[in-house]
Amino acid sequence: MRILAFHLMPYADIDPSFTDTYDAAWVVLPNTYFDRDKGHRLYNRFLDELEYADRLGFDGVCVNEHHQNAYGMMPSPGIMAGALSRRTNGWLAVLGRALPLLNNPLTVAEEYAMLDVITGGRLIAGFVRGIGSEYHSSGVNPTESHDRFHEAHDLILRAWTEPGPFHFAGKYYDFKYVNTWPRPYQQPHPPVFIPSQGSSETIRWAADASRRYTYLQTFSPIAAVAKYMQMYKDVAREQGYEATPDQLGWSVPVYVAETDAQALEEARPHAELFVNKLLKKPVEMLLPPGYLTLQSMQGVMAAKAGMHHDRTLEDLIASGSFIVGSPTTVREQLRDAQARIGFGNLLLTIQFGSLPHDLTMKNIELLAKHVVPVLREPAPATAGSAA
Amino acid sequence: MIVAGCDVRYLRRGSGPPLLYLHGASSIAAWTPWLEELAATHDVIVPDHPGWGRSATPDWFDNIHDLAYFYLDFIAALGLEGVHLVGHSIGGWIAGELAVRNTSRLATLTLVAPAGLRVIGAETFDIFLASPEANVRAAFHDQRFADAQLAAAPTTPDAIETFLRNRFATARVAWQPRLYDPHLAKWLHRIDVPTLVVWGANDAILPVAMQAEFVRLIPGARAVTIDACGHVPQVERPAEVIAAIADHTHGVAA
Repeated sequence: MRILAFHLMPYADIDPSFTDTYDAAWVVLPNTYFDRDKGHRLYNRFLDELEYADRLGFDGVCVNEHHQNAYGMMPSPGIMAGALSRRTNGWLAVLGRALPLLNNPLTVAEEYAMLDVITGGRLIAGFVRGIGSEYHSSGVNPTESHDRFHEAHDLILRAWTEPGPFHFAGKYYDFKYVNTWPRPYQQPHPPVFIPSQGSSETIRWAADASRRYTYLQTFSPIAAVAKYMQMYKDVAREQGYEATPDQLGWSVPVYVAETDAQALEEARPHAELFVNKLLKKPVEMLLPPGYLTLQSMQGVMAAKAGMHHDRTLEDLIASGSFIVGSPTTVREQLRDAQARIGFGNLLLTIQFGSLPHDLTMKNIELLAKHVVPVLREPAPATAGSAA
Repeated sequence: MIVAGCDVRYLRRGSGPPLLYLHGASSIAAWTPWLEELAATHDVIVPDHPGWGRSATPDWFDNIHDLAYFYLDFIAALGLEGVHLVGHSIGGWIAGELAVRNTSRLATLTLVAPAGLRVIGAETFDIFLASPEANVRAAFHDQRFADAQLAAAPTTPDAIETFLRNRFATARVAWQPRLYDPHLAKWLHRIDVPTLVVWGANDAILPVAMQAEFVRLIPGARAVTIDACGHVPQVERPAEVIAAIADHTHGVAA
């Protein structure tokens, strides 16, 4: 199993009273809440944390993209990946660039190829549609989200795999000369991850026999993780092949301390801030028109989903959305989940909400010492082995 | 009826010169009292736009221009001449785009709180970030109308599907740029039929400050501003709107 350390890089110093005035940490939360000196310290602290995880034996590190919010401060994840590329030795995963939000998806083909060449083939390339609130923040029409994603993906894959220059003539993107330099280091292209919170359309598309991309279930109850990974396996079978563990991944926040009780106590305020303040948003902000298919939206309306109440850490642990406890507890829970669900990629979110530096570093140490080595077996492919 | 490959549904009642009414962000499910008033003197035709209500969503449905061309085809397909074209909000935007392209089958144009222009300083309400209730409340000056509409909010699966399709179609044409076409202002001078621009003085969705810009850009256009009225004058102040339309269309033939 491949185990990566994942960081959202939140604005961890946020004044939590912002919810008294604003509906969400996204779109409408004024950026006057951002303090430059705190931001400076946070960015450098978070990079230190990922570098530490890589050094202590995680199989690599992972960053992602979010815009105009306090939940994750990486509007340009390539900058963080670039900073990490020369200070880490394992996989470098960008999960991922939000393709429909970009006017020119060729910049992703270029940026990812640069990272892959700099690292000698350690890049994992993630593609996402961005989350709903980012369509409010970017102005991109959410009713074009699915079509733009597919077309941008096709453009990037062709740019990586077909000799240039060639003419790409799509509905949304038309380039007379596609001829990206550099070409990727890994051939035919870096591994592709498709993170999602569970969408049958996305799973069907990722599992298609022509793609076989790794599907990554992000922050979800364990029941949803199991359900969607089974869906992927079923689609693979329909397509005439068996999905390998490498095609399945789970991204989950994890906190380890010396004992179960201590872990709960230390994680609680930070996990609850993450879920109840940084993540939460009104349904209109989360799901703009067209972001989900009509059928999925009807399901959401029927279930009144997206309008959840505040959750306690105990709720989050009970649903398997967070894994918190002693090294033994966390190791056993993750090992059981792996045995039951059969994923071959595990992305551990080692910092969440306002979790401070000292506790994050302790979390990384305990995971690296007591959890990662045990879970890793059988040994994963080594980053850069494509070389 | 199939027009331009789209199965389009419409209501039609009354007799007299044809009056084509283009609805706003919400389709019109059933005949209303104010439509009945118009039908006393006109052959009133009320389609669901392609993508909205009970009409199909055609493959070509990408932007407001597609709807303008569609309605030129629709008018021709019904064999209408001397049409009094009335559009509300997004429907007013479509009507304006249509009239910029071709007025040969139009007798008059009436725009009721139309979208379509950007007016510096007149910030529009964000209908996509607001909750359904907040949208209804913003649409009316007299909140009793909002209360009545909220009491009839969609609950059946069919009504919810229509609500979601209308919302999708509205975003399709109006998300970006938000509720306007940067190229429309350049060509409104082409409109050569008598034009009336009706606005509620207290419109909280599209500010009444936009009215003067339409009147400035459309040659000979007249303004009627209705006091104590929000974004849906035909519901909130139907008598004034009907009178204004009757006055505008009376005696005007193609």
